[in-house]
Amino acid sequence: MAKKTISMRKDSQEDSVAVIEEAQVTQTENEAAPAEKNAPAPESKVKAAETFGSAMKRGVILENPVLRLVLGTCPTLATTTAASNAIGMGIAATLVLICSNTVISLLRNIIPDKVRIPAYITIIASFVSIVQMLVKAFAPALDESLGIYLPLIVVNCIILGRAEMYASKHAPALSALDGLAMGVGFTTALLCMGTIREILGAGSIFGAKLPILSSQPVLFFSLAPGGFFVFGLLIAAANKLSKKNNLPVRNGCGDCPAAATCSLSGKGGCK
Amino acid sequence: MNMLRMIVTIILAGILTNNYVLSKFLGICPFLGVSKKLNTAMGMSAAVIFVMVLSTAVTYPIQRFVLEALGLEYLQTIVFILIIAALVQLVEIVLKKYIPTLHASLGVYLPLITTNCAVLGCAILVTEDYSSAVYGFGEGYVYALSCAFGSGVGFLVAMAIFAGVRRRMESCDIPEALKGLPITLVAASLVAMSFLGFSGVVHM
Repeated sequence: MAKKTISMRKDSQEDSVAVIEEAQVTQTENEAAPAEKNAPAPESKVKAAETFGSAMKRGVILENPVLRLVLGTCPTLATTTAASNAIGMGIAATLVLICSNTVISLLRNIIPDKVRIPAYITIIASFVSIVQMLVKAFAPALDESLGIYLPLIVVNCIILGRAEMYASKHAPALSALDGLAMGVGFTTALLCMGTIREILGAGSIFGAKLPILSSQPVLFFSLAPGGFFVFGLLIAAANKLSKKNNLPVRNGCGDCPAAATCSLSGKGGCK
Repeated sequence: MNMLRMIVTIILAGILTNNYVLSKFLGICPFLGVSKKLNTAMGMSAAVIFVMVLSTAVTYPIQRFVLEALGLEYLQTIVFILIIAALVQLVEIVLKKYIPTLHASLGVYLPLITTNCAVLGCAILVTEDYSSAVYGFGEGYVYALSCAFGSGVGFLVAMAIFAGVRRRMESCDIPEALKGLPITLVAASLVAMSFLGFSGVVHM
């Protein structure tokens, strides 16, 4: 049974985007490397370093979850009124992402295919509760400013998306690395947006007032409309820089994080 | 009478001043994803209202009589998300069996709602806003349900307006880099700005 699901997943994996494919090919090669016991140690170390670098490049630039894949829009818009909030949210989500990716990857052959989504959600929710308690205990001010968005990490599409797209198919160490890379990508995008909104909307940066801007802050950028506006322009800038308009080519539902829970995925997708 | 006034205020606040999508950033994914056509936007919104009221109706008593009574408030997140996930599945099965016409129009959107932050956000927010420290169970329950309903209608209003805006945008000449999602977000920004005009209209 388990073997069947794995082979099916591998099939669906083949449909995914070329960029991902490339990255995954290099990673599966590296995954195989530690298995060869006779392989010389230094070489495998070099390979591991490459994997780390390429995973980071993929998470932060090629497949930035916020700016390229456009996942997890709610916390991106809501918690970026100040750069410090953005970092807090990014770190909290990264912690959850690393832990949930590792555990889901460890359990990937045990969880039956039919109930995998509820199982993933339970695992993610447990880690969110842990992070929530940690933040409440050690950073009460952050807890106050993140408010409802801290428990809402549970329904952040990035986390369920990575569980479904990556952790359910790869080894624990690689999944943890993917979680870290995606988390850093998420944090970078949030920090970018938080800094812009804080400088323009409050005339300060990390709480330190800037000379001219703080006397005449543009309130628009701190309020809800400013969030949408800055996010729109950031995505436009990312599109322009990568010289590819819009998202990387989506191959039907194979690449969509919501495909697992979406009933349209069996009917040829939503586009 | 006082209670009735409060209920109307809560519903109006949910639609105009505290709109979940445009001022609290909850449920952005469906707002951007399924607002291309008016009829799909309406179907999604109807499903959201339905699930939002239903899940609040279940989670609020559980918070009051199970989690708070046993001192298990820290399990709120995990309990609520599981209840919502189970509820959505149940609703889908029941609708499929007994009201197939409604299932045909709402069914597509139901599974998407499990991971909609507006539903979980609403369930958590009402336990904070109408907590046992301030309100008795009966009163709090009624207010929580009206808040869920009002927020759901607010979602519908935002979706309907935005679907109209997007239709107009299709015939516009848009700069290459802004095509697609960026211009949609800028348009959302303008719609959100128009809703800022309502701030202060409803006093809670």
